[in-house]
Amino acid sequence: MKFLSIILIVSLSWLTFNLEAQSTPEALEIIEKVDANMVSKTSIVESKMVIQGRRKSRTVVSKGYSEGDKKSFTEYLAPAREKGTKMLKLDDKLWIYSPSTDRTIQLSGHMLRQSVMGSDLSYEDMMEDRELTDIYDAKVIGEDTLDGQKTWVLELNAKVDDVSYAKRKMWVDQERFVPLKEDLFAKSGELLKRVRLTDFSKTDGRWYPGKMNFKDMLKSGKGTDFIVVKIEFDPEIPPYIFSKASLKK
Amino acid sequence: MKLAMQLAYKNLMGAGLRTWLNVGVLALSFIIIIFFRGFLEGWYNQALEESIAWEYAEGHLVNEEYDPYDPFSIQDGHGELSENEMKNLTPILIRQAAIYPEGRMLSVLLKGIDVDQSHIVLPTKNLKTNSEMIPAMIGKNMADATNLKEGDQVLLRWRDKGGTFDAGKIKIVKVFTTNVGTVDGGQIWIPIKKLWEMTGLENHATLFVANENYTPTDISGWQFKTQDDLLKDFYELMEMERISTFFMYMLLLSIALLAIFDTQVLSVFRRQKEIGTYVALGMTRAEVVALFTVEGTMYSLFAMIVGSIVGFPIFYYLANNGIVFPDFYQDMGVVFPKRIFLVFDFKVVSTTILLVVVAAAIVSFLPARKISKMNPVLALKGKLQ
Repeated sequence: MKFLSIILIVSLSWLTFNLEAQSTPEALEIIEKVDANMVSKTSIVESKMVIQGRRKSRTVVSKGYSEGDKKSFTEYLAPAREKGTKMLKLDDKLWIYSPSTDRTIQLSGHMLRQSVMGSDLSYEDMMEDRELTDIYDAKVIGEDTLDGQKTWVLELNAKVDDVSYAKRKMWVDQERFVPLKEDLFAKSGELLKRVRLTDFSKTDGRWYPGKMNFKDMLKSGKGTDFIVVKIEFDPEIPPYIFSKASLKK
Repeated sequence: MKLAMQLAYKNLMGAGLRTWLNVGVLALSFIIIIFFRGFLEGWYNQALEESIAWEYAEGHLVNEEYDPYDPFSIQDGHGELSENEMKNLTPILIRQAAIYPEGRMLSVLLKGIDVDQSHIVLPTKNLKTNSEMIPAMIGKNMADATNLKEGDQVLLRWRDKGGTFDAGKIKIVKVFTTNVGTVDGGQIWIPIKKLWEMTGLENHATLFVANENYTPTDISGWQFKTQDDLLKDFYELMEMERISTFFMYMLLLSIALLAIFDTQVLSVFRRQKEIGTYVALGMTRAEVVALFTVEGTMYSLFAMIVGSIVGFPIFYYLANNGIVFPDFYQDMGVVFPKRIFLVFDFKVVSTTILLVVVAAAIVSFLPARKISKMNPVLALKGKLQ
């Protein structure tokens, strides 16, 4: 669910691009079409996160609810060790409930930089909910072919100091208007992370990826796969889901 | 007293194996107690000396936001001092980072230090280089853990002051050997100017190392910790070690003294005719008690001689060559030298001797007190009392 949030954040940010922004008209047009596919007001996702280690991989099953890009709630269903763990994100705050200790803790500071369940993503990666237009300058820098699909290549350069990644590069399918790949760069230009989106299918008239792979490019290994088992767009979600009380239920 | 000594000596020699068993047990206790005391003294001296040389110098001026036991305080625990306030201080800036040796990710503490400093013995001069690459220095334990050696290059990822990721290669220009794990394990040392450039934290430091000319003054946002403050945990650890080893000494001594006590009780019981004869020949009861007490105490003197003959070569060897401990001892979180040279000073040996001799005299005297209550006629007849 958290990974979905990232995609939603990215997509919603594109949606909010305005004409005053420094992006080119082509970029705005592309982004609007991407948002039409990827963004919904609310969503419920059942997913599997496959964390591929050096020797073995493990799968974490979860169910996530989200409303916009500010509210999300995730409950982990498997494996037994993680079962019952819940995460609640409200704006810039993140709480985690652990059933083994029956405690809810709020993550802040450096704790947000820790890996999520040993995956290639940090809590901070999931917390970024500022609109990309506020923190990046975006432009279309060319075309490319990826997985046999013609894509637009968009480049985003940070315009503020407090962002995790100084530069991002995104490949958007010219036919279906879905992002196929995103590269995240350090200030020095070193490629740090890569996100690949594959297995697209059409649900409720939207193209949506069935699998997303997050890879720390500095580490060996195959990264972390986020597999969408079931997704519902714009369902009714009761407000109590996004409350701290729901963590202990 | 001379007579008592002569009689005691003859009696002990006459007892044969029983005497040598008691002496053997007591000598073993002697050797073990002196060994452990020498080991603790050696560890204490070396650890103290090396901690001061490698890390603490004459004290640290630490940013109030920084807590060395809380890694989350590293992010904000830094600040600036004016040039005047920085006199006799060496700045160290600490940041969190990650390296990627052989495709593995390893979290590290990235420490920036003035390459020209001389307050601590870290070989920072090695960081002086004109290379484009970031020069870095690591300890031997860190080198072993990461499989890095001098000349190797490894990718480093860090964040600047705004939290933006940056990455670049570092070159290991020096692998140093130290017993002070707190400047070695999980740490990479680079020139502070380079770290300022990398993070944008120009002139910032997490802590300053003071030399002997530094005079502590009140600086808002900073706290001066003296050498003793910094070594407080170590002092407490050593105190705890001393107490726990004291219990071990007591246990060992108890076993040896129990043997003497047992022998004395048996002597008083079995040698009643002898006691009666001494009294009949004109010795006072107090003299007979003294004779038996000297006999018991003489075990400790014999044990001292035997212990010296057996222990001296062993202690001489250990004091000169030390004891080598496996590497994992250095990861305990306290300064634990790989090779500890045992220290046997006069105080250690003399107090141990005094402890054993006095304890042996007490346990010899307690059963002998019974003699003063004996009826000499009945004792002479050998009747049980």
